Amino acid sequence: MEIGLIVLATMLASLFGWLLKQSFNTTPWVAGVAAEADHQAPFNARPKLVALTTFLAVATSFFALILSAYSLRMELGDWVPMTEPQLLWVNTAVLVLASVVFQWTRNHAINGEASRIKPGLLLTGVLTLGFLVGQLLAWQQLNAAGQYVTTNPSNAFFYLLTGIHGLHILGGMYVWARATVRSFGGGDMDAVKHSVELCTIYWHFLLLVWLVLFGLMLST
Amino acid sequence: MGYVAIADRDHEIEHHDPQTFITKYVWSQDHKVIAIQYGITAIFVGVIALILSAMMRLQLGFPDSFSFINPENYYQFVTMHGMIMVIYLLTALFLGGFGNYLIPLMCGSRDMVFPYMNMLSYWVYLLSVIILLASFFVPGGSTGAGWTLYPPQAIMQGTPGVDWGIILMLVSLVVFIVAFTMGGLNYVTTVLQARCRGMTLMRMPLSVWGIFIATILGLLAFPALLVSGIMMLLDKVVATSFFMPAISSMGADAGHTGGSPILFQHLFWFFGHPEVYIVALPAFGIVSDLLSTHARKNIFGYRMMVWAIIAIGGLSFIVWAHHMYVSGMNPYFGFFFATTTLIIAVPTALKVYNWVLTLWEGNIHLRVPMLFAIGFVFTFIHGGLTGLFLGNVTIDLPLSDTYFVVAHFHMVMGVSPVLVVFGAIYHWYPKITGKMYNETLGKWHFWMTFLGTYSIYLPMHYLGFAGVPRRYFAMGNTDFMPDSAQDLNAFITMAALFVAFTQILFFVNVIWSLKSGKKADPNPWDATTLEWQTPDNPPKHGNWGHELPECHRWAYDYSVPGYADDFIPQNVPASDEAPAGRQHGVEEH
Repeated sequence: MEIGLIVLATMLASLFGWLLKQSFNTTPWVAGVAAEADHQAPFNARPKLVALTTFLAVATSFFALILSAYSLRMELGDWVPMTEPQLLWVNTAVLVLASVVFQWTRNHAINGEASRIKPGLLLTGVLTLGFLVGQLLAWQQLNAAGQYVTTNPSNAFFYLLTGIHGLHILGGMYVWARATVRSFGGGDMDAVKHSVELCTIYWHFLLLVWLVLFGLMLST
Repeated sequence: MGYVAIADRDHEIEHHDPQTFITKYVWSQDHKVIAIQYGITAIFVGVIALILSAMMRLQLGFPDSFSFINPENYYQFVTMHGMIMVIYLLTALFLGGFGNYLIPLMCGSRDMVFPYMNMLSYWVYLLSVIILLASFFVPGGSTGAGWTLYPPQAIMQGTPGVDWGIILMLVSLVVFIVAFTMGGLNYVTTVLQARCRGMTLMRMPLSVWGIFIATILGLLAFPALLVSGIMMLLDKVVATSFFMPAISSMGADAGHTGGSPILFQHLFWFFGHPEVYIVALPAFGIVSDLLSTHARKNIFGYRMMVWAIIAIGGLSFIVWAHHMYVSGMNPYFGFFFATTTLIIAVPTALKVYNWVLTLWEGNIHLRVPMLFAIGFVFTFIHGGLTGLFLGNVTIDLPLSDTYFVVAHFHMVMGVSPVLVVFGAIYHWYPKITGKMYNETLGKWHFWMTFLGTYSIYLPMHYLGFAGVPRRYFAMGNTDFMPDSAQDLNAFITMAALFVAFTQILFFVNVIWSLKSGKKADPNPWDATTLEWQTPDNPPKHGNWGHELPECHRWAYDYSVPGYADDFIPQNVPASDEAPAGRQHGVEEH
């Protein structure tokens, strides 16, 4: 449980530290003009960013806890390390590329070069779908090689981790699809820009998660 | 300065006034309607869980007298009672119900930041409830694994509901977590981003603080339940071996290899212990506001109260293994968890002292909400003290799995939060419905519930000391137990049935007053918090009419020396404070 505990402790410490900072040296019982208190307003009035950050904390907690379970289960006698299909390297490269293209799209969107948004979005979509198809192919290869989910706990964890990671990506694809449809339908470009910004953060996060998962599975 | 005045970004939140009955009351995106939907659903399943507990008590008090209770469905009653009460009633009611209603109103916002997601949260919650209740009707019935769902027994032949009940239970939990996450993201973001001008974090009422920190605990702790739920589903459905050890069932190999049931316990309690505080922290917050309002005194030590909530929230993540002292853990491990467990008593005791000191020399109005709030202080101290026994490894070992534990957690996280739920419903009833409840009925409800629950749980401590084990369908011939234990059990059952029937008073009051209660004053308690200062009562969609309120002070300006009224609402500017003899002009009544 150490991994889960450390990750959670770090997140809680930073949040609660921030909250405590807000509360020190305050005299809540003294009435004042509303405007005087404005400097204490949190962040920068971007609710979607705050919500995304909060969700990333939830997802981090989720993955950290699975990894805790992984490390505890690994120590038991029946664990046989699984050989990961080589295809995963290709998939990883594709996911890295998707993240890079999203960053590129975001940078152009921020600089007001709206013409780059559509091709950028399409390309990331194709790359990300490519990653998901690649993961499914990897599952198929494993199945063909007789490496079923029940063959060994390490297999079970492989299917579980890749499956859950894939589901998170699918969730991101929903937001991506909305932004893409909106950008092609001539919708509000500011909203599209905001979606692209948030998606970029989410894609980087899922790339990071994947690298951690992949690294862990390779090394054990 | 990159700061955008919060009032100016109001347009970012879309507000279409709902027109039809369907959009207004069914597919509503209004936080107040969603709160009521959450509340009614949660209380509905809560009543089912209450009936289940009455059935359990019938068997325990009068063994073998009822043909419709056999060992199988006794365990199903135990399991469903526990799970419903903890998750589908208390968590949903405090966060989905009170969180939804109070956060936007108390923070001075028009609605939650993401109203659509808020609506979705409720409907997904309803789905989880339907899946849960469906498990009563599938072949084999609902699961009887105990609310902790420990493997291996939870998914092995011999446990009731092993075919479909356990699957529906796990699926329902997963769906519930999805619903909670959608709601939780809303609560956190609304508190952080949509407070009205001048509402600093340290001017927020403690109710919001409690709900806010509890939501954060929930967001970080529910993933542990999600992980264990998914892994157990896989163990059950596709026969993986995350938790299932190599084991033979009914003489045949069950097809699992060396999984670890202890791993499940760790994951479950990593969620399970913060869950206690997910329920307790909103109760702490609400009770602070009730005591302060009805004692006409500022809460004692506001900042300490906030820090205590934060400290309890943090500590609640490092005490989980005190639920596992009998799992054969390393003694040093047990020592560590006993220490952290006892440390939690410090901020908790601090809160109790502050509640009592708030009452000290207050102008106490013993209205119904105040009675429930003071009742909570009693039951919470009581349940907290027995927690000190159980937190110590050496005392826990003999008491483990006895009725002492049952008495402890029912006092501390059953009766106590439920008293707060009642107090809060009575307190905000005039705001939610615009009508007053019947005071006399409310007082009867309080005294019968309060004394009744004490009659149930106080004797249980003695049963526990006598060694009566929990979860047993029948005791059989056991020499160490005196015959009087059975007499006590019969008494407890009578008290439990009495309390269960007493709740009819509550429903009669709430439903009757809805139609026939007298019209409520917009601020009947002379309270300072923003929800009592709305232009309409009950507040309309958008809460504040044309202009958002501005907050100029904390929520506890009661009996400020030198002022005519014994309260100054949060939206009264400092310069407008009415000196003695002058009425300040926010609320003409």
